[in-house]
Amino acid sequence: MREGLYTRELFAEAAKEAFDQCPNLNPKRDAQALFVGMMSDSYEHQAHVAPLFLDWIGLTPKPAFRTEGACASSSVALRSAIFAIASGMYDVVLVGGVEKMTHVSTTGVTEILAMASDFPFEQWHGISFPGIFGMMAVDHMHRYGTTEEQLAKVAVKNHEHGILNPKAHFQKLITIDDVLTSRPVAWPLKLYDCCPRSDGASCIVLTSPEVARNFTDTPVNIIGTGHAQDTLSLFDREVFSTMKVAKIASEQAYKQAGVGPGDIDVAELHDCFTIAEIMAYEDLGFCDKGKGGKLIDDGVTHLGGKLPTNTSGGLKAKGHPVGATGTAQACEIYLQLTNQAGRRQVAGAEVGLTENLGGSASTGIVHVYERGD
Amino acid sequence: MNEKPGSLSTPEVKNGHFERDDTGAIMPTIENFYNFCAEKKLMGVKCKGCGSLIWPPRGICPKCFGHTFEWVQFSGKGKLLTYTIIHFPPSQFIALAPYAVGVMKLVEGPQMPGMIKHVKLGDLKIGMGLQVNFEASIPKEWPRWPRYFFETID
Repeated sequence: MREGLYTRELFAEAAKEAFDQCPNLNPKRDAQALFVGMMSDSYEHQAHVAPLFLDWIGLTPKPAFRTEGACASSSVALRSAIFAIASGMYDVVLVGGVEKMTHVSTTGVTEILAMASDFPFEQWHGISFPGIFGMMAVDHMHRYGTTEEQLAKVAVKNHEHGILNPKAHFQKLITIDDVLTSRPVAWPLKLYDCCPRSDGASCIVLTSPEVARNFTDTPVNIIGTGHAQDTLSLFDREVFSTMKVAKIASEQAYKQAGVGPGDIDVAELHDCFTIAEIMAYEDLGFCDKGKGGKLIDDGVTHLGGKLPTNTSGGLKAKGHPVGATGTAQACEIYLQLTNQAGRRQVAGAEVGLTENLGGSASTGIVHVYERGD
Repeated sequence: MNEKPGSLSTPEVKNGHFERDDTGAIMPTIENFYNFCAEKKLMGVKCKGCGSLIWPPRGICPKCFGHTFEWVQFSGKGKLLTYTIIHFPPSQFIALAPYAVGVMKLVEGPQMPGMIKHVKLGDLKIGMGLQVNFEASIPKEWPRWPRYFFETID
């Protein structure tokens, strides 16, 4: 969370931190390309950002690729970078994301984010982006008896984690009552069920496995990657409270990684709205369908629980600069698996997972990571 | 906020002007769907390949990849599948807030999203009967599509 900086400046800060994690990396010599995710040119009146960011980190004339997948923009960048390395074209690339949102009014941000929904049939009829997740929440509550208190517990937990992350947007604890009495946005979702608008950037250095140890003694390996799409609009789905993309993408990633949900020690989930984290528990296989509310009740996903989720504070408390979120999740898992997560460290974490959504779960991208040392 | 969808131009209203193919048939487009709304007709298309009813109308059948369709008029009757109450709306809907939006399943099968009007918000219930109706006025802003909406039926 860094207000007052433009996207290029935010991105350069994040790039420098990524380089600092690789003491033997000389970016000008070693980095071969940049992959960067950003959702909207509207916030800052700035398009063609790939060469811009590349220039501001001093890497011209290397090729730069910009990807857009709404809130999953930088996970699309990460997958693209994985393929570029797997193809043999590159050994060392920089991958990141950025968004600057806080200078735009809440109404303005609502309208820009709504562009990730269907214009002729959702936006045109007054359906806001929180409204789409509100409809998912109503369906979930109707089918499974999930309560507003259970949704609130996700926000409370993620704020508890956020105060342990010096970079989190919100550095304060909230109570279930704070959430329940916050002003309604799209019932049953209230203000504190919704992630904030944030400014931020994130960046990682991605290399082929063969060269990783040239740059760091503590690499983290991406051992599984999965990606699925669903209809852009919510209305055309059979079940509104199952995120098919998270289910399919995680199945792909687990299979490639040779692990199952029971092997995950720490996970960063896409809690754009509290209901999204509840659905993620279920659709990633952390619990049975419909039991997500019970999982938060049982404290399983709190720090100290069996499967801590969103130790960074998640989108809810860490913040959601939308283009930055995918690789920010990867950064958190990197810190966890290299024992650098400070007060929020999950002791002995070996295997981590990230789940990043775009739009109304129209894009879903899951990665599985393991310690490489 | 520097840019809104469609704020760059406001083309002439094309009410009543249906885009047609070489044979004179009305093409399965979004614009034509809303042109029918101006005539208070809720229309979808039937794929001539597999017989599926498709809404919204489009050029390729998502079930069988067929590309020939005939227009069919829906009853506009159906049931509410899910809903939410919007308290913090996009700017052009501020005067209406709080208002309900939802997804209805038409008796013919297709599902559609829309605003639910003339209902007490506390009375909303999954499974309740809904009926499509049409706004009388044409919106001033681009793309000026006449809106449909849902009302409750007993």
